Amino acid sequence: MSTREKTWWWIAGALILLYCLFPIAWIISLSFKGPADIANGQFLPSSPTGENYSTILTGTASDLFLPALRNSFGICLIATFISCILAMFAAYAIARLDFPGKKLILSTALVVAIFPVISIVTPLFNLWRQIGLYDTWLGLIIPYLSLTLPISIWTMSAFFREIPWEMEQAAQVDGATTWQAFRKVIVPLAAPGVFTTAIIAFFIAWNDFAYGISLTSTSAARPVPAALGLFSGASQFVDPTGSIAAAAVIVTIPVVVLVLIFQRRIVAGLTNGAVKG
Amino acid sequence: MTTTTLPPGKKTEPVSAPPGGISDRSRAERRLGWMLAGPAFVIMLLVTAYPIVQAVYYSLFNYRLTDPQNRSFIGLGNYGVILTDALWWQAVAVTVFITVVTVVVELILGFALALVMSKALQSLRPVLRAAILIPYAVITVVSAFSWQFAFSITTGFVNKWFAWLPGIGADTDWFGDKWTSLLVICLAEIWKTTPFISLLLLAGLAQVPDVLQEAAMVDGATWWQRMWRVTIPNMKAAIMVALLFRSLDAFRIFDSIYIMTAGANGTESVSFLAYRQTISRVEIGLGSAVSVLLFLCVMGIAFGFIKGFRIDLSQARGER
Repeated sequence: MSTREKTWWWIAGALILLYCLFPIAWIISLSFKGPADIANGQFLPSSPTGENYSTILTGTASDLFLPALRNSFGICLIATFISCILAMFAAYAIARLDFPGKKLILSTALVVAIFPVISIVTPLFNLWRQIGLYDTWLGLIIPYLSLTLPISIWTMSAFFREIPWEMEQAAQVDGATTWQAFRKVIVPLAAPGVFTTAIIAFFIAWNDFAYGISLTSTSAARPVPAALGLFSGASQFVDPTGSIAAAAVIVTIPVVVLVLIFQRRIVAGLTNGAVKG
Repeated sequence: MTTTTLPPGKKTEPVSAPPGGISDRSRAERRLGWMLAGPAFVIMLLVTAYPIVQAVYYSLFNYRLTDPQNRSFIGLGNYGVILTDALWWQAVAVTVFITVVTVVVELILGFALALVMSKALQSLRPVLRAAILIPYAVITVVSAFSWQFAFSITTGFVNKWFAWLPGIGADTDWFGDKWTSLLVICLAEIWKTTPFISLLLLAGLAQVPDVLQEAAMVDGATWWQRMWRVTIPNMKAAIMVALLFRSLDAFRIFDSIYIMTAGANGTESVSFLAYRQTISRVEIGLGSAVSVLLFLCVMGIAFGFIKGFRIDLSQARGER
């Protein structure tokens, strides 16, 4: 490759980097702007300050933000855990066993994945009010399964198809039952796929806004995206922009860290499920 | 001849059931299969099929949550009200506009990104792949805020940076008008979801056989010809999958609109309309009817795509 060509590739790469990071850089920069700087019309703060972070972590906005952060982590982790367990069994059956209805399960997963969230929200809103699940953790965990289960099943079955299943047969020849072969041989082999699926499912639950804003009303269960959406309407602070930016940065950090650590696997997980599925 | 065969034979070809019922082994396998996959299947049905049936039921009533005494059965009355209301058709138009604009731009941009990533220098590739996942992983609400603040008349920098362009000045209110609001909404959506498309297309690019490219090159095809005659036809499946998922996703747009405009200036999408009827106005009946219509739209798009997709697949097979 000539130096000239190389330069062009570097420029193209730099443009992509700029594209990906620019809005993130902007919100980080915004989060360090003080009240006087917020409307300065500049990209960068003229005198960076940590004020916004103290507002949301210890100050006036902390009773809106901190419970939301706890709710988000708790609800998303539980929903991810449940859907990964269920999807693990389902994906094993789909990738490994021969039984009628396999196609039905995969098509159901596809239909559920494309289901408009808002169409589920309307009846749930009414139902949850009647049976007392409105504004509770469980009231969000259940609908979150509709977001996380389908993609978990698809991604995991794609991963499971790649597993060297001869190992399982070898174990069965050695006298293990199907169940033992699954637990002792396949689970360790499948762990990376399960783990990747868990990350992707967590992203999806973490990203939810429609359920969060519709099925909660207090800090008892309200997750972060919904709380962020309400920051603007809350009257307890003068200008919520800086606080929103700081809160946005805090909730973005965990996912960016996960992405940077596991990027290779996540890419494989996202594309396997969709292209080969 | 009935001999016990070794497992490999059993695996590759489907077991032809012996006359007079299925073997114990395959019956056990069948039972195990449903035992393992059953719970996930049942839960998926419970969390979607049940609510949508409930929504269909509610949609037949004149039912307001604050006024439960006056709940009355009105048949398809709610659908009549919605389908003759300009608000519904405006929401449909906005949703279709956003879907078409974002998906077309994302497909082109995503393809360009995928091409750069597939050809990029070895040293650059992991960095790009990690970076491109960041917009995907950022919460939609956060991305919506970031774009809103950037264009906002008070906190933004866009007006200052682009003041040299005609029509943009310090007092340009991007969220004061329907089309400029929609432009910013589309920008935010495109930024957030292009990486997903480009990753799918990158996987598709990797499946295009190199020999075909080389043969075309030997035959003297230009870069452009190779792109249109070799690369794109060979990754049609990946393109269709990306298109299908993104179109359905775009049609359900809700988060960005809620954050950026809250439906002001005629920027309401179908999802937002359903939300406003049900949650804000507690018109359970009307809101349910909008939800059901939204569901039918999404299923219609999916069905259309899959029908089209099948035709494409058979065409591709016929060409080979």
